[in-house]
Amino acid sequence: MSDDLPAGVERHPFDGTDRLATRGDPVYGEPTDGDWRAWNPTRSKLGAMLELEMDTGLEGGDEETVLYLGAASGTTVSHVADFAGPTYAVEFAARPARDLLETAASRPRLFPLLADARKPATYAHVVESNVDAIVQDVATRGQARVALENRRFLADDGRLLLAIKARSEDVTRDPEDVFADVRAELEAEYEILETSRLEQYHADHLGVVARPRSQ
Amino acid sequence: MTDSAARTAGWFADVDPDEFDGLDDRDAGDARDARDGSTVVTAIREGQTETPQDWPTLAVDDEFADDEAAYYDRLHDATMAATRAAVTEREAADDRQLVHAVRAMDDCERTANELAERLVEWAGTVDPDAGTGVSFARELARGDHELESESEPITSLAERVVDLADEAADLREFVERQTPTIAPNLAALAGPVLAARLISLAGGLEDVAKKPSGTIQVLGAEDALFAHLRGHAPSPKHGLIYVHDAVRGTHPDERGSAARAVAGKLSIAARVDHYSGERKPELDAELAERIETIQARTAEDGDRGDSGGETDE
Ligand SMILES: C[S@@+](CC[C@H](N)C(=O)[O-])C[C@H]1O[C@@H](n2cnc3c(N)ncnc32)[C@H](O)[C@@H]1O
Repeated sequence: MSDDLPAGVERHPFDGTDRLATRGDPVYGEPTDGDWRAWNPTRSKLGAMLELEMDTGLEGGDEETVLYLGAASGTTVSHVADFAGPTYAVEFAARPARDLLETAASRPRLFPLLADARKPATYAHVVESNVDAIVQDVATRGQARVALENRRFLADDGRLLLAIKARSEDVTRDPEDVFADVRAELEAEYEILETSRLEQYHADHLGVVARPRSQ
Repeated sequence: MTDSAARTAGWFADVDPDEFDGLDDRDAGDARDARDGSTVVTAIREGQTETPQDWPTLAVDDEFADDEAAYYDRLHDATMAATRAAVTEREAADDRQLVHAVRAMDDCERTANELAERLVEWAGTVDPDAGTGVSFARELARGDHELESESEPITSLAERVVDLADEAADLREFVERQTPTIAPNLAALAGPVLAARLISLAGGLEDVAKKPSGTIQVLGAEDALFAHLRGHAPSPKHGLIYVHDAVRGTHPDERGSAARAVAGKLSIAARVDHYSGERKPELDAELAERIETIQARTAEDGDRGDSGGETDE
Protein backbone atom coordinates (compact mmCIF):
# COMPACT_ATOMS: atom_id res chain seq x y z
CA MET A 1 0.00 0.00 0.00
CA SER A 2 1.10 3.50 -0.72
CA ASP A 3 -0.44 6.90 -0.40
CA ASP A 4 2.20 8.56 -2.56
CA LEU A 5 0.82 9.59 -5.89
CA PRO A 6 3.20 10.08 -8.83
CA ALA A 7 4.32 13.70 -9.31
CA GLY A 8 1.78 15.37 -11.56
CA VAL A 9 -1.13 13.36 -10.15
CA GLU A 10 -3.07 15.06 -7.39
CA ARG A 11 -6.33 14.95 -5.56
CA HIS A 12 -8.08 18.00 -6.86
CA PRO A 13 -11.54 19.30 -5.94
CA PHE A 14 -14.21 19.12 -8.64
CA ASP A 15 -17.57 20.49 -7.54
CA GLY A 16 -16.54 20.05 -3.93
CA THR A 17 -15.32 16.44 -4.25
CA ASP A 18 -11.64 15.53 -4.26
CA ARG A 19 -10.80 13.35 -7.24
CA LEU A 20 -7.65 12.04 -8.87
CA ALA A 21 -6.55 14.47 -11.55
CA THR A 22 -3.79 15.32 -14.00
CA ARG A 23 -3.12 18.42 -16.06
CA GLY A 24 -3.73 18.26 -19.82
CA ASP A 25 -6.28 18.60 -22.61
CA PRO A 26 -9.57 16.84 -21.79
CA VAL A 27 -10.15 13.61 -23.71
CA TYR A 28 -13.35 11.79 -22.76
CA GLY A 29 -15.70 14.42 -21.44
CA GLU A 30 -14.24 14.30 -17.92
CA PRO A 31 -14.83 17.28 -15.59
CA THR A 32 -12.14 19.94 -15.69
CA ASP A 33 -11.07 22.78 -13.45
CA GLY A 34 -8.60 25.11 -15.10
CA ASP A 35 -5.81 22.83 -16.39
CA TRP A 36 -6.86 19.96 -14.15
CA ARG A 37 -8.89 17.08 -15.53
CA ALA A 38 -10.50 14.45 -13.35
CA TRP A 39 -9.22 10.88 -13.75
CA ASN A 40 -12.21 8.55 -13.57
CA PRO A 41 -11.24 5.26 -11.87
CA THR A 42 -14.36 3.51 -13.19
CA ARG A 43 -13.12 4.09 -16.72
CA SER A 44 -9.47 3.39 -16.06
CA LYS A 45 -7.84 0.37 -14.43
CA LEU A 46 -4.66 2.27 -13.62
CA GLY A 47 -6.82 5.01 -12.11
CA ALA A 48 -8.49 2.33 -9.96
CA MET A 49 -5.11 0.94 -8.90
CA LEU A 50 -4.06 4.42 -7.75
CA GLU A 51 -7.38 4.98 -5.97
CA LEU A 52 -6.85 1.69 -4.15
CA GLU A 53 -3.42 2.95 -3.10
CA MET A 54 -1.51 0.13 -4.73
CA ASP A 55 2.20 0.80 -4.78
CA THR A 56 2.70 1.31 -8.51
CA GLY A 57 6.24 2.67 -8.18
CA LEU A 58 5.31 5.41 -10.65
CA GLU A 59 7.16 8.62 -9.88
CA GLY A 60 6.02 10.96 -12.62
CA GLY A 61 8.13 13.62 -14.30
CA ASP A 62 9.70 14.13 -17.71
CA GLU A 63 12.31 11.42 -17.21
CA GLU A 64 9.89 8.60 -16.60
CA THR A 65 9.33 6.38 -19.65
CA VAL A 66 6.24 4.22 -20.07
CA LEU A 67 5.10 1.55 -22.51
CA TYR A 68 1.31 1.29 -22.53
CA LEU A 69 -0.26 -1.84 -24.05
CA GLY A 70 -3.92 -1.73 -25.09
CA ALA A 71 -4.27 2.05 -25.27
CA ALA A 72 -7.71 1.98 -26.97
CA SER A 73 -8.91 5.53 -27.59
CA GLY A 74 -6.51 6.91 -25.01
CA THR A 75 -8.60 7.36 -21.87
CA THR A 76 -5.92 6.17 -19.46
CA VAL A 77 -2.80 6.72 -21.51
CA SER A 78 -3.71 10.40 -21.82
CA HIS A 79 -3.43 10.75 -18.05
CA VAL A 80 -0.16 8.80 -18.08
CA ALA A 81 1.27 11.12 -20.73
CA ASP A 82 0.12 14.07 -18.62
CA PHE A 83 2.25 13.09 -15.62
CA ALA A 84 5.06 10.96 -17.13
CA GLY A 85 7.70 11.56 -19.80
CA PRO A 86 7.97 9.67 -23.13
CA THR A 87 4.96 7.35 -23.36
CA TYR A 88 4.55 4.71 -26.06
CA ALA A 89 0.93 3.70 -26.70
CA VAL A 90 0.28 0.40 -28.47
CA GLU A 91 -3.21 -0.43 -29.76
CA PHE A 92 -4.16 -2.89 -32.47
CA ALA A 93 -7.74 -1.92 -33.36
CA ALA A 94 -8.00 0.77 -36.02
CA ARG A 95 -11.15 2.59 -34.87
CA PRO A 96 -10.07 3.43 -31.33
CA ALA A 97 -6.59 4.23 -32.64
CA ARG A 98 -8.15 7.06 -34.63
CA ASP A 99 -9.21 8.67 -31.32
CA LEU A 100 -5.86 7.92 -29.83
CA LEU A 101 -4.31 10.08 -32.55
CA GLU A 102 -6.43 12.99 -31.44
CA THR A 103 -5.40 12.47 -27.84
CA ALA A 104 -1.75 12.34 -28.88
CA ALA A 105 -1.96 15.45 -31.06
CA SER A 106 -1.82 17.75 -28.02
CA ARG A 107 0.71 15.56 -26.17
CA PRO A 108 4.15 15.80 -27.78
CA ARG A 109 5.61 12.95 -25.70
CA LEU A 110 2.81 10.48 -26.43
CA PHE A 111 3.70 8.17 -29.31
CA PRO A 112 0.79 6.21 -30.83
CA LEU A 113 1.50 2.87 -32.51
CA LEU A 114 -0.96 0.64 -34.35
CA ALA A 115 0.53 -2.72 -33.47
CA ASP A 116 -0.19 -6.09 -31.89
CA ALA A 117 1.18 -6.36 -28.35
CA ARG A 118 1.76 -10.08 -28.92
CA LYS A 119 4.35 -9.15 -31.57
CA PRO A 120 6.87 -6.85 -29.87
CA ALA A 121 9.35 -7.29 -32.73
CA THR A 122 7.03 -5.09 -34.83
CA TYR A 123 7.64 -2.11 -32.54
CA ALA A 124 10.98 -2.80 -30.85
CA HIS A 125 12.63 -0.63 -33.54
CA VAL A 126 10.60 2.32 -32.18
CA VAL A 127 10.05 1.73 -28.46
CA GLU A 128 13.21 2.31 -26.43
CA SER A 129 14.72 -0.21 -24.03
CA ASN A 130 14.66 0.11 -20.24
CA VAL A 131 11.30 1.78 -19.81
CA ASP A 132 10.38 2.51 -16.19
CA ALA A 133 6.90 1.04 -16.41
CA ILE A 134 4.77 -1.15 -18.61
CA VAL A 135 1.07 -0.56 -18.16
CA GLN A 136 -1.00 -3.35 -19.66
CA ASP A 137 -4.76 -3.42 -20.20
CA VAL A 138 -5.38 -5.53 -23.29
CA ALA A 139 -8.51 -7.39 -22.17
CA THR A 140 -7.86 -10.26 -24.52
CA ARG A 141 -6.96 -13.94 -24.25
CA GLY A 142 -3.35 -14.60 -23.32
CA GLN A 143 -2.79 -11.62 -21.04
CA ALA A 144 0.13 -13.29 -19.24
CA ARG A 145 1.87 -14.04 -22.52
CA VAL A 146 1.61 -10.40 -23.57
CA ALA A 147 3.32 -9.39 -20.32
CA LEU A 148 6.07 -11.98 -20.80
CA GLU A 149 6.67 -11.02 -24.44
CA ASN A 150 7.07 -7.37 -23.49
CA ARG A 151 9.46 -8.01 -20.60
CA ARG A 152 12.30 -7.11 -23.01
CA PHE A 153 11.34 -3.41 -22.84
CA LEU A 154 11.33 -3.12 -19.07
CA ALA A 155 14.24 -1.84 -16.99
CA ASP A 156 15.46 -4.34 -14.39
CA ASP A 157 14.11 -2.11 -11.62
CA GLY A 158 11.00 -1.20 -13.63
CA ARG A 159 7.40 -2.12 -12.86
CA LEU A 160 4.74 -4.05 -14.68
CA LEU A 161 1.31 -2.60 -13.86
CA LEU A 162 -1.16 -5.11 -15.15
CA ALA A 163 -4.95 -5.29 -15.17
CA ILE A 164 -6.16 -8.84 -15.73
CA LYS A 165 -9.70 -9.26 -16.97
CA ALA A 166 -10.94 -12.72 -16.02
CA ARG A 167 -13.69 -12.87 -18.59
CA SER A 168 -11.23 -12.27 -21.44
CA GLU A 169 -9.48 -15.54 -20.60
CA ASP A 170 -12.54 -17.66 -19.99
CA VAL A 171 -16.09 -16.47 -19.33
CA THR A 172 -17.16 -19.73 -17.77
CA ARG A 173 -14.46 -20.12 -15.11
CA ASP A 174 -14.34 -18.68 -11.63
CA PRO A 175 -12.33 -15.45 -11.87
CA GLU A 176 -10.16 -16.51 -8.92
CA ASP A 177 -9.03 -19.61 -10.84
CA VAL A 178 -8.25 -17.53 -13.90
CA PHE A 179 -6.21 -15.08 -11.82
CA ALA A 180 -4.27 -17.94 -10.22
CA ASP A 181 -3.34 -19.30 -13.65
CA VAL A 182 -2.29 -15.94 -15.00
CA ARG A 183 -0.20 -15.27 -11.91
CA ALA A 184 1.50 -18.63 -12.17
CA GLU A 185 2.38 -17.93 -15.80
CA LEU A 186 3.73 -14.48 -14.93
CA GLU A 187 6.03 -15.94 -12.27
CA ALA A 188 8.28 -17.29 -15.02
CA GLU A 189 9.72 -13.82 -15.58
CA TYR A 190 8.19 -11.54 -13.00
CA GLU A 191 8.13 -11.32 -9.26
CA ILE A 192 4.65 -10.30 -8.14
CA LEU A 193 4.80 -7.55 -5.53
CA GLU A 194 1.16 -6.78 -4.94
CA THR A 195 -2.28 -7.75 -6.22
CA SER A 196 -5.70 -6.33 -5.55
CA ARG A 197 -9.17 -6.96 -6.90
CA LEU A 198 -10.43 -3.85 -8.67
CA GLU A 199 -14.02 -4.92 -7.96
CA GLN A 200 -15.10 -1.58 -6.59
CA TYR A 201 -14.45 -0.02 -10.01
CA HIS A 202 -14.16 -2.91 -12.48
CA ALA A 203 -15.96 -6.24 -12.12
CA ASP A 204 -13.78 -9.37 -12.31
CA HIS A 205 -10.49 -7.56 -12.75
CA LEU A 206 -7.28 -8.09 -10.84
CA GLY A 207 -4.66 -5.36 -10.52
CA VAL A 208 -1.08 -6.62 -10.40
CA VAL A 209 2.20 -4.85 -9.62
CA ALA A 210 5.27 -6.89 -10.55
CA ARG A 211 8.96 -6.45 -11.26
CA PRO A 212 11.17 -8.42 -13.62
CA ARG A 213 13.18 -11.26 -12.12
CA SER A 214 16.87 -10.66 -12.51
CA GLN A 215 18.18 -12.89 -15.28
CA MET B 1 25.62 -6.26 -31.01
CA THR B 2 27.99 -3.41 -31.82
CA ASP B 3 26.74 0.14 -31.65
CA SER B 4 26.57 0.55 -35.40
CA ALA B 5 24.78 -2.75 -35.89
CA ALA B 6 22.36 -1.71 -33.17
CA ARG B 7 21.76 1.64 -34.79
CA THR B 8 20.79 0.17 -38.13
CA ALA B 9 17.94 -1.64 -36.41
CA GLY B 10 16.36 1.63 -35.22
CA TRP B 11 13.47 3.15 -37.15
CA PHE B 12 15.55 6.28 -37.94
CA ALA B 13 18.49 4.42 -39.52
CA ASP B 14 17.54 5.12 -43.13
CA VAL B 15 15.41 8.17 -42.59
CA ASP B 16 16.51 11.50 -43.99
CA PRO B 17 16.03 14.18 -41.29
CA ASP B 18 14.93 16.62 -44.03
CA GLU B 19 11.83 14.57 -44.54
CA PHE B 20 10.40 15.99 -41.36
CA ASP B 21 9.78 19.34 -42.97
CA GLY B 22 6.15 19.25 -43.92
CA LEU B 23 5.33 16.02 -42.15
CA ASP B 24 3.35 18.10 -39.72
CA ASP B 25 1.19 19.74 -42.38
CA ARG B 26 0.41 16.42 -43.89
CA ASP B 27 -0.47 15.18 -40.47
CA ALA B 28 -3.12 17.82 -40.06
CA GLY B 29 -4.49 17.50 -43.56
CA ASP B 30 -6.62 14.89 -45.23
CA ALA B 31 -5.63 11.49 -43.94
CA ARG B 32 -5.49 10.22 -47.51
CA ASP B 33 -2.37 12.28 -48.13
CA ALA B 34 -0.57 10.41 -45.41
CA ARG B 35 -0.80 7.17 -47.32
CA ASP B 36 2.17 7.87 -49.57
CA GLY B 37 5.37 5.90 -49.32
CA SER B 38 7.42 8.44 -47.40
CA THR B 39 10.36 6.66 -45.86
CA VAL B 40 9.44 7.88 -42.36
CA VAL B 41 6.03 6.25 -42.47
CA THR B 42 7.43 3.08 -44.02
CA ALA B 43 10.25 2.91 -41.48
CA ILE B 44 7.83 3.04 -38.55
CA ARG B 45 5.24 0.73 -40.07
CA GLU B 46 7.43 -1.92 -41.60
CA GLY B 47 10.57 -1.95 -39.53
CA GLN B 48 11.23 -4.92 -37.24
CA THR B 49 13.80 -5.94 -34.72
CA GLU B 50 13.83 -8.42 -31.86
CA THR B 51 15.56 -6.33 -29.23
CA PRO B 52 14.84 -2.75 -28.26
CA GLN B 53 17.80 -0.38 -27.74
CA ASP B 54 18.35 3.00 -26.21
CA TRP B 55 17.10 4.64 -29.41
CA PRO B 56 17.17 8.26 -28.19
CA THR B 57 20.88 8.04 -27.33
CA LEU B 58 21.78 6.13 -30.49
CA ALA B 59 19.89 8.63 -32.64
CA VAL B 60 21.75 11.56 -31.12
CA ASP B 61 25.13 9.75 -31.51
CA ASP B 62 24.17 9.07 -35.09
CA GLU B 63 23.43 12.77 -35.63
CA PHE B 64 19.87 11.98 -36.60
CA ALA B 65 18.80 14.56 -34.01
CA ASP B 66 20.70 17.27 -32.14
CA ASP B 67 19.54 16.17 -28.72
CA GLU B 68 17.05 13.93 -27.00
CA ALA B 69 14.27 16.53 -27.10
CA ALA B 70 14.68 16.94 -30.85
CA TYR B 71 14.66 13.16 -31.23
CA TYR B 72 11.36 12.85 -29.36
CA ASP B 73 9.85 15.67 -31.42
CA ARG B 74 10.68 13.74 -34.57
CA LEU B 75 9.47 10.49 -33.10
CA HIS B 76 6.14 12.17 -32.36
CA ASP B 77 5.77 13.43 -35.93
CA ALA B 78 6.79 10.05 -37.29
CA THR B 79 4.49 7.91 -35.14
CA MET B 80 1.55 10.27 -35.71
CA ALA B 81 1.98 10.17 -39.50
CA ALA B 82 2.60 6.42 -39.61
CA THR B 83 -0.32 5.54 -37.34
CA ARG B 84 -2.66 7.86 -39.21
CA ALA B 85 -1.71 6.20 -42.48
CA ALA B 86 -2.09 2.72 -41.01
CA VAL B 87 -5.48 3.49 -39.46
CA THR B 88 -6.83 4.98 -42.68
CA GLU B 89 -5.64 2.05 -44.70
CA ARG B 90 -7.01 -0.57 -42.33
CA GLU B 91 -10.39 1.10 -42.08
CA ALA B 92 -10.70 1.47 -45.84
CA ALA B 93 -9.77 -2.18 -46.29
CA ASP B 94 -12.44 -3.26 -43.78
CA ASP B 95 -15.08 -1.11 -45.49
CA ARG B 96 -14.26 -2.54 -48.88
CA GLN B 97 -14.60 -6.10 -47.64
CA LEU B 98 -18.02 -5.29 -46.27
CA VAL B 99 -19.14 -3.51 -49.42
CA HIS B 100 -18.19 -6.49 -51.60
CA ALA B 101 -19.82 -8.93 -49.20
CA VAL B 102 -23.17 -7.14 -49.08
CA ARG B 103 -23.22 -6.68 -52.85
CA ALA B 104 -22.41 -10.34 -53.39
CA MET B 105 -25.15 -11.24 -50.91
CA ASP B 106 -27.73 -9.19 -52.82
CA ASP B 107 -26.57 -10.66 -56.15
CA CYS B 108 -26.87 -14.21 -54.81
CA GLU B 109 -30.33 -13.57 -53.37
CA ARG B 110 -31.61 -11.90 -56.51
CA THR B 111 -30.14 -14.57 -58.79
CA ALA B 112 -31.51 -17.36 -56.60
CA ASN B 113 -34.97 -15.83 -56.80
CA GLU B 114 -34.83 -15.27 -60.54
CA LEU B 115 -33.63 -18.81 -61.19
CA ALA B 116 -36.27 -20.16 -58.83
CA GLU B 117 -38.93 -18.42 -60.93
CA ARG B 118 -37.50 -19.99 -64.06
CA LEU B 119 -37.39 -23.37 -62.32
CA VAL B 120 -41.02 -23.15 -61.21
CA GLU B 121 -42.16 -22.22 -64.68
CA TRP B 122 -40.25 -25.15 -66.17
CA ALA B 123 -41.31 -27.64 -63.51
CA GLY B 124 -44.94 -26.56 -64.08
CA THR B 125 -44.75 -28.02 -67.59
CA VAL B 126 -44.08 -31.55 -66.30
CA ASP B 127 -45.92 -31.41 -62.96
CA PRO B 128 -49.14 -29.51 -62.21
CA ASP B 129 -48.32 -29.63 -58.45
CA ALA B 130 -45.06 -27.66 -58.67
CA GLY B 131 -44.63 -25.28 -55.76
CA THR B 132 -43.14 -21.81 -55.79
CA GLY B 133 -39.86 -20.03 -55.12
CA VAL B 134 -36.65 -21.11 -53.44
CA SER B 135 -38.52 -23.33 -50.99
CA PHE B 136 -39.82 -25.41 -53.91
CA ALA B 137 -36.26 -25.67 -55.23
CA ARG B 138 -35.25 -27.03 -51.82
CA GLU B 139 -38.02 -29.64 -51.83
CA LEU B 140 -36.96 -30.79 -55.26
CA ALA B 141 -33.27 -30.89 -54.43
CA ARG B 142 -33.88 -32.82 -51.20
CA GLY B 143 -36.23 -35.23 -52.93
CA ASP B 144 -39.17 -34.18 -50.73
CA HIS B 145 -41.11 -33.44 -53.88
CA GLU B 146 -41.01 -35.81 -56.81
CA LEU B 147 -41.89 -34.50 -60.22
CA GLU B 148 -44.64 -36.39 -62.01
CA SER B 149 -42.30 -37.05 -64.83
CA GLU B 150 -38.71 -37.29 -63.70
CA SER B 151 -36.41 -34.63 -65.23
CA GLU B 152 -32.68 -34.64 -64.64
CA PRO B 153 -32.02 -31.04 -65.83
CA ILE B 154 -34.84 -29.61 -63.69
CA THR B 155 -33.52 -31.30 -60.54
CA SER B 156 -30.01 -30.14 -61.32
CA LEU B 157 -31.21 -26.56 -61.74
CA ALA B 158 -33.00 -26.85 -58.38
CA GLU B 159 -29.70 -27.83 -56.76
CA ARG B 160 -28.03 -24.76 -58.26
CA VAL B 161 -30.80 -22.54 -56.83
CA VAL B 162 -30.33 -24.06 -53.38
CA ASP B 163 -26.56 -23.56 -53.52
CA LEU B 164 -27.04 -19.91 -54.39
CA ALA B 165 -29.58 -19.39 -51.63
CA ASP B 166 -27.20 -21.05 -49.13
CA GLU B 167 -24.36 -18.87 -50.32
CA ALA B 168 -26.56 -15.80 -49.83
CA ALA B 169 -27.35 -16.96 -46.27
CA ASP B 170 -23.64 -17.43 -45.48
CA LEU B 171 -22.87 -13.99 -46.84
CA ARG B 172 -25.67 -12.51 -44.76
CA GLU B 173 -24.17 -14.10 -41.67
CA PHE B 174 -20.77 -12.64 -42.53
CA VAL B 175 -22.31 -9.18 -43.01
CA GLU B 176 -24.20 -9.47 -39.72
CA ARG B 177 -21.01 -10.38 -37.91
CA GLN B 178 -18.75 -7.86 -39.65
CA THR B 179 -20.84 -4.68 -39.75
CA PRO B 180 -20.90 -4.13 -35.96
CA THR B 181 -17.08 -4.23 -35.81
CA ILE B 182 -16.82 -1.62 -38.56
CA ALA B 183 -19.77 0.60 -37.66
CA PRO B 184 -21.08 -0.40 -34.21
CA ASN B 185 -23.58 2.43 -33.82
CA LEU B 186 -24.89 2.41 -37.37
CA ALA B 187 -25.31 -1.36 -37.15
CA ALA B 188 -27.21 -1.08 -33.87
CA LEU B 189 -29.55 1.63 -35.12
CA ALA B 190 -30.16 0.41 -38.66
CA GLY B 191 -29.58 -3.31 -38.21
CA PRO B 192 -26.37 -4.76 -39.63
CA VAL B 193 -27.64 -5.52 -43.13
CA LEU B 194 -29.29 -2.17 -43.75
CA ALA B 195 -26.19 -0.48 -42.31
CA ALA B 196 -23.98 -2.43 -44.70
CA ARG B 197 -26.21 -1.50 -47.65
CA LEU B 198 -26.00 2.18 -46.75
CA ILE B 199 -22.21 1.92 -46.53
CA SER B 200 -22.15 0.11 -49.85
CA LEU B 201 -24.38 2.65 -51.61
CA ALA B 202 -22.44 5.62 -50.23
CA GLY B 203 -19.09 4.04 -51.11
CA GLY B 204 -17.71 3.60 -47.59
CA LEU B 205 -18.34 4.49 -43.96
CA GLU B 206 -16.51 7.79 -44.34
CA ASP B 207 -18.85 8.69 -47.20
CA VAL B 208 -21.93 7.97 -45.08
CA ALA B 209 -20.42 10.07 -42.27
CA LYS B 210 -19.88 13.00 -44.60
CA LYS B 211 -23.31 13.04 -46.22
CA PRO B 212 -26.08 15.30 -44.92
CA SER B 213 -28.95 13.33 -43.40
CA GLY B 214 -31.27 14.41 -46.24
CA THR B 215 -29.04 12.48 -48.63
CA ILE B 216 -29.03 9.43 -46.38
CA GLN B 217 -32.82 9.55 -46.39
CA VAL B 218 -32.94 9.02 -50.18
CA LEU B 219 -29.90 6.76 -50.60
CA GLY B 220 -31.01 3.88 -52.76
CA ALA B 221 -33.94 5.75 -54.27
CA GLU B 222 -32.14 5.72 -57.64
CA ASP B 223 -32.03 1.93 -57.60
CA ALA B 224 -35.70 1.83 -56.81
CA LEU B 225 -36.31 4.21 -59.69
CA PHE B 226 -34.60 1.85 -62.13
CA ALA B 227 -36.57 -1.06 -60.75
CA HIS B 228 -39.71 0.98 -61.26
CA LEU B 229 -38.76 1.79 -64.86
CA ARG B 230 -38.19 -1.91 -65.49
CA GLY B 231 -41.67 -2.49 -64.16
CA HIS B 232 -40.72 -4.34 -60.97
CA ALA B 233 -41.57 -1.78 -58.37
CA PRO B 234 -43.90 1.06 -57.48
CA SER B 235 -42.76 4.62 -57.99
CA PRO B 236 -40.00 5.35 -55.48
CA LYS B 237 -40.21 8.30 -53.17
CA HIS B 238 -37.89 6.88 -50.64
CA GLY B 239 -34.54 5.41 -50.14
CA LEU B 240 -33.37 2.26 -48.46
CA ILE B 241 -34.24 3.44 -44.98
CA TYR B 242 -37.94 2.95 -45.70
CA VAL B 243 -37.40 -0.72 -44.87
CA HIS B 244 -36.34 0.32 -41.34
CA ASP B 245 -38.82 -0.99 -38.76
CA ALA B 246 -39.29 2.46 -37.29
CA VAL B 247 -40.46 3.76 -40.66
CA ARG B 248 -42.49 0.74 -41.73
CA GLY B 249 -44.11 0.52 -38.34
CA THR B 250 -45.30 4.11 -38.49
CA HIS B 251 -48.66 5.22 -39.87
CA PRO B 252 -48.29 6.25 -43.52
CA ASP B 253 -49.24 9.86 -42.70
CA GLU B 254 -46.22 10.16 -40.45
CA ARG B 255 -43.74 8.04 -42.38
CA GLY B 256 -42.02 11.09 -43.80
CA SER B 257 -41.29 12.40 -40.29
CA ALA B 258 -40.18 8.96 -39.15
CA ALA B 259 -37.84 8.65 -42.12
CA ARG B 260 -36.36 12.06 -41.39
CA ALA B 261 -35.82 11.13 -37.74
CA VAL B 262 -34.22 7.80 -38.66
CA ALA B 263 -31.98 9.41 -41.29
CA GLY B 264 -30.89 12.06 -38.79
CA LYS B 265 -29.91 9.51 -36.14
CA LEU B 266 -28.21 7.20 -38.64
CA SER B 267 -26.18 10.12 -39.83
CA ILE B 268 -25.01 10.86 -36.29
CA ALA B 269 -24.30 7.16 -35.71
CA ALA B 270 -22.16 7.00 -38.86
CA ARG B 271 -20.18 10.04 -37.74
CA VAL B 272 -19.54 8.57 -34.30
CA ASP B 273 -18.47 5.30 -35.92
CA HIS B 274 -16.15 6.99 -38.35
CA TYR B 275 -14.56 9.55 -36.08
CA SER B 276 -14.41 7.70 -32.78
CA GLY B 277 -15.62 4.14 -33.14
CA GLU B 278 -17.02 4.18 -29.63
CA ARG B 279 -20.38 2.53 -29.09
CA LYS B 280 -22.94 5.00 -27.74
CA PRO B 281 -26.04 3.13 -26.58
CA GLU B 282 -27.80 6.40 -25.78
CA LEU B 283 -28.31 6.89 -29.55
CA ASP B 284 -30.62 3.85 -29.61
CA ALA B 285 -32.71 5.29 -26.80
CA GLU B 286 -32.90 8.70 -28.44
CA LEU B 287 -34.16 7.25 -31.71
CA ALA B 288 -36.69 5.04 -29.95
CA GLU B 289 -38.00 8.02 -28.01
CA ARG B 290 -38.25 10.17 -31.14
CA ILE B 291 -40.15 7.48 -33.02
CA GLU B 292 -42.48 6.94 -30.10
CA THR B 293 -43.37 10.64 -30.14
CA ILE B 294 -44.03 10.55 -33.86
CA GLN B 295 -46.13 7.41 -33.64
CA ALA B 296 -48.12 8.86 -30.75
CA ARG B 297 -49.38 11.61 -33.06
CA THR B 298 -51.33 9.15 -35.21
CA ALA B 299 -52.38 7.07 -32.26
CA GLU B 300 -54.13 10.14 -30.81
CA ASP B 301 -56.32 10.71 -33.84
CA GLY B 302 -56.42 7.10 -34.93
CA ASP B 303 -59.91 7.43 -36.41
CA ARG B 304 -58.53 9.46 -39.30
CA GLY B 305 -57.96 6.23 -41.17
CA ASP B 306 -55.07 5.69 -43.51
CA SER B 307 -56.27 7.85 -46.33
CA GLY B 308 -53.62 8.91 -48.77
CA GLY B 309 -50.98 6.77 -47.17
CA GLU B 310 -50.82 3.88 -49.58
CA THR B 311 -48.74 5.73 -52.12
CA ASP B 312 -45.93 5.70 -49.59
CA GLU B 313 -45.27 2.03 -50.21
C1 LIG C 1 -10.12 -2.57 -22.00
S1 LIG C 1 -9.54 -1.81 -23.47
C2 LIG C 1 -8.31 -0.69 -22.92
C3 LIG C 1 -8.81 0.57 -22.28
C4 LIG C 1 -7.66 1.53 -22.02
N1 LIG C 1 -6.54 0.86 -21.44
C5 LIG C 1 -8.06 2.70 -21.15
O1 LIG C 1 -8.15 2.51 -19.94
O2 LIG C 1 -8.23 3.76 -21.69
C6 LIG C 1 -8.56 -3.06 -24.22
C7 LIG C 1 -7.89 -2.64 -25.51
O3 LIG C 1 -6.85 -3.54 -25.80
C8 LIG C 1 -6.79 -3.72 -27.19
N2 LIG C 1 -6.10 -4.97 -27.47
C9 LIG C 1 -6.55 -6.22 -27.29
N3 LIG C 1 -5.62 -7.11 -27.67
C10 LIG C 1 -4.53 -6.39 -28.09
C11 LIG C 1 -3.26 -6.74 -28.60
N4 LIG C 1 -2.91 -8.01 -28.76
N5 LIG C 1 -2.43 -5.75 -28.93
C12 LIG C 1 -2.77 -4.46 -28.76
N6 LIG C 1 -3.97 -4.08 -28.29
C13 LIG C 1 -4.85 -5.02 -27.95
C14 LIG C 1 -8.25 -3.70 -27.61
O4 LIG C 1 -8.37 -3.36 -28.98
C15 LIG C 1 -8.84 -2.64 -26.69
O5 LIG C 1 -8.82 -1.38 -27.30
